Amino acid sequence: MNQPLPMAGAPANTNAAGLTKNDYRGAPSTLCQGCGHNSISNQIVTALYEMNVVPEDVMKFSGIGCSSKSPTYFLNRTFGFNSLHGRMPSIATGALFADAHMKGIGVSGDGDTASIGMGQFKHVMRRNVNMVYIVENNGVYGLTKGQFSATAEKGLQLKKQGENPYMPVDICMEALVSNATFVARSFAGNPKQVKELLKAALSHNGIAILDIISPCVTFNNQDNAYHSYAWGKDHEEPLHEISYIAPRNEIMLEREMMEGEIREVAMHDGSTVILKNLEKGYDPTNRIEAMRVMEEAQRNNWLVTGLLYVNTQKPTLTSIYNLVDTPLNRLTEADLRPERAMIDKVNALMF
Amino acid sequence: MNKKVNDFSITVGTKNGSGSSTANNTILRSIFKMGIPVSGKNLFPSNIQGLPTWYTIRANKDGFIARHETNEIVIAMNPNSFARDLASVAPGGAFFYSDDIKQPITRVDVAIYPMPIKAIVKNDPNIPTDFRELVGNMVYVGILAQMIDMDMDAILAALTFHFKGKQKPIDMNFNALKAGADWARENLEKKDPFYLEQMDKTNGMIMADGNTAAAIGSVFGGVQFSAWYPITPASSLAESLNDYLPMLRKREDGKHTYAVVQAEDELAAHGMTIGAGWAGLRSMTSTSGPGLSLMTEFAGLAYYAEVPVVIWDVQRIGPSTGLPTRTSQGDLTFTHFIGHGDSHSVVLLPGDVYECFEFGWKSFDVAEHVQTPIFVLSDLDMGMNQWMSKPFQYPDVPMDRGKVLTEQDLEELKGSWGRYLDKDADGIPYRTLPGNKHPMSAYFTRGTGHDEYAKYTEDSEVYIKNMDRLKRKYYDAAKYVPAPVLHANKKATIGIIAYGSTENAIFEAQHQLVHDHGIESEFMRLRAVPFNDEVTKFIAKYDQVFVVEMNRDGQMHQILLTEYPQFAGKLISVAYQDGLPAAAKWVREGILAKYESGKQKKAAVKKTAPKAKPASKPKKAAVTTKVAKKPVKKSAVKSKTSAKSKKK
Repeated sequence: MNQPLPMAGAPANTNAAGLTKNDYRGAPSTLCQGCGHNSISNQIVTALYEMNVVPEDVMKFSGIGCSSKSPTYFLNRTFGFNSLHGRMPSIATGALFADAHMKGIGVSGDGDTASIGMGQFKHVMRRNVNMVYIVENNGVYGLTKGQFSATAEKGLQLKKQGENPYMPVDICMEALVSNATFVARSFAGNPKQVKELLKAALSHNGIAILDIISPCVTFNNQDNAYHSYAWGKDHEEPLHEISYIAPRNEIMLEREMMEGEIREVAMHDGSTVILKNLEKGYDPTNRIEAMRVMEEAQRNNWLVTGLLYVNTQKPTLTSIYNLVDTPLNRLTEADLRPERAMIDKVNALMF
Repeated sequence: MNKKVNDFSITVGTKNGSGSSTANNTILRSIFKMGIPVSGKNLFPSNIQGLPTWYTIRANKDGFIARHETNEIVIAMNPNSFARDLASVAPGGAFFYSDDIKQPITRVDVAIYPMPIKAIVKNDPNIPTDFRELVGNMVYVGILAQMIDMDMDAILAALTFHFKGKQKPIDMNFNALKAGADWARENLEKKDPFYLEQMDKTNGMIMADGNTAAAIGSVFGGVQFSAWYPITPASSLAESLNDYLPMLRKREDGKHTYAVVQAEDELAAHGMTIGAGWAGLRSMTSTSGPGLSLMTEFAGLAYYAEVPVVIWDVQRIGPSTGLPTRTSQGDLTFTHFIGHGDSHSVVLLPGDVYECFEFGWKSFDVAEHVQTPIFVLSDLDMGMNQWMSKPFQYPDVPMDRGKVLTEQDLEELKGSWGRYLDKDADGIPYRTLPGNKHPMSAYFTRGTGHDEYAKYTEDSEVYIKNMDRLKRKYYDAAKYVPAPVLHANKKATIGIIAYGSTENAIFEAQHQLVHDHGIESEFMRLRAVPFNDEVTKFIAKYDQVFVVEMNRDGQMHQILLTEYPQFAGKLISVAYQDGLPAAAKWVREGILAKYESGKQKKAAVKKTAPKAKPASKPKKAAVTTKVAKKPVKKSAVKSKTSAKSKKK
């Protein structure tokens, strides 16, 4: 794991926001030992800590399922809403109107997103809500003890369910065709990449879809299963190595540029995501190329990971609404109730 | 022939989508402008173009403006409903029809007026060809105006309003109308007794529909967020927000203090509404029964998570294609119990367009004060039809934002607080809002599985305690909701309980019950569930309390039975629903069918233990005895609104 850059003047265990890593932690996890979701929670803690994000400046959301329990296990100091199955996007959409300066972090699962919540998943992308949308994808329903999810691959064998007869939903492909402005995939067994992608996603202005293959050690971790650790490790095809560079650390750029072919993606806040391409000279701003790569990966049984697509030019939902600068939830009666004279004006408009 | 002045109904039968609504609204508004109490109801099918549709107007000098079940004047413009329209004219009534409809006239007991509408329009060189059908509707207005003495200045005022002062359409429509009037003056001989005469009974009043009123009320209530999904008959409520917010909440910097989002479905609409309400916005959605069905799971969550939101349900019949354009009071028990488990929602019941406005702003105060979803039940009749109303009045109390802790509050509390802690012993806890920068401000929101500090728990004792608090909070909400309106009558021997848009029908039925049957009644119009003590006292007063409502099963009756088991023997359900706005006829007949003349008001002995009803049928003969002939004016029935409505 990368160490954060030493910051002048700050004690070694606090970040630039003056907070320790403990300030980002949550309650102890009640998920299974070895669950990929726990690893993701840890990376969320580390990413926010390293980015000096103040926990009170974000809101966290989830739907229902094992994945959706996990917001309890990070960011104790952050407002959170554990909503209904498949309905996290709508809760987040409404809540983020209350303070457009805040960022949302939503955690969902493959059942929560690709089955019951497919509609809201599509529309939250269409609206470009300013949030990181993490799908902790394990291809199985854990809390209800091991039924197939919509992302389970065709032919998968599960103990009680037998063989899965249907084609899987590809979260990233769905995101791409729905005009998501940031689409990435990672693997819980690759914590460095998870963390760097989380940082990039947090810097993105708009919806950032992060599909993280997160093996279920209890119900779906046979070596041949797509969502298992063993399969993931063997089949992972990273598009690139990824580094996130915070806005003021440009000096890093020069060091990294020494190696091979490098592509930089500038984020709205002045930070940079650096992609070191492995083989393909991959351009994540090219939507058609992203689709081609995903299609190719599906045919070849590859698990393509990395930043698949990013578009930093689309306005976010709240920016379209031309809201006052003061967070809406800090407005008072003086701002919200029309003055007395307006009632006569309204009555005059009636017949 | 004796003149019948300012006391008749006019029904226009047209084809849906033929553009007759301008014409019909012109008739309605002109009568209103003449100072005559009037109502107009659009009885339309679920269809964009082609199916028969009716618009029924009632003018009544005494103020009885509920839909009338007899049509003194019928205007037939649709060949497909011609026979039915002709049959619907009351004996001695008048029948106007477009003379291009060649169908047999089978009535000799009504005045028949053929109207050469097409010829009149064709002869007017000022009407462009493609406007002929649309403007043709104005010709029947002109003919009618001439025949019943509708005032031309009033008509011009109505058209000027409708076309927002734009001279070209005003002239084109008014000229067509005058052409109709001129033709009638020269060619028709008056054979019916119906006339309009100027009055002063609508002075100072306005006309509006309930959806517009609700939207304007919400704007004055400081609405900040609305998410909605199109559905008849609620769509125009959200659309009106979009109409009035930019004007009423305009700022110099051009920025917005609100957002209205059209969601992908009602699930998302309600989710967004709850997200916004949770995060501290005055948040609302508007829908109808089928949409509410989709919102149910979220409604339950909001109840348990104690999120303030306002949900307008403009009731209709449904689901699916089941009479979606017909009015109803069918969602009462649904909203009352909405959500799974032991949920009890606060329901507000506006009774007219003014109350749609008033509850528009009040509902936010109640929601934020009680921290619970507030359901406001309007209906299609109130929501979409133009009603006479007193002018909207500026809210008389400041906004009540409820118990919200700021950074400073938390500083003073040294961060010690619990989201679900009943600190004030009123069942209503304190909350904080996202964006609060105090390190102890945040909490995690879930359904029922939480302790007083919002930590996850499945502990039985904690669960029970929380559920008991929610129940207490619900019943205490009776203090904050609009109190019932009592139309007192000292001579009354029976009580009538009703709610919502049926009020006009009940006033008229009360009048008929006295006039034709000698039965004096006192009427309490409920404006919210849960009930306060006034309701208890009212029911206690009478041996027979008729609960009148527009649904099949007597939903308010059911709720009253549950809340007042001690009164079960005297609460009598008069429930009826045919999809049409309430009429006095079914109210009167419904009450008479179950009325027992033997029961008297006092009978203090009976008070404690209500007995089973006597087996004998109500004696019709006893109730038909005519008493004092003197008509009881509406003004004789004193209205008294309790001032106890909302106090902090």
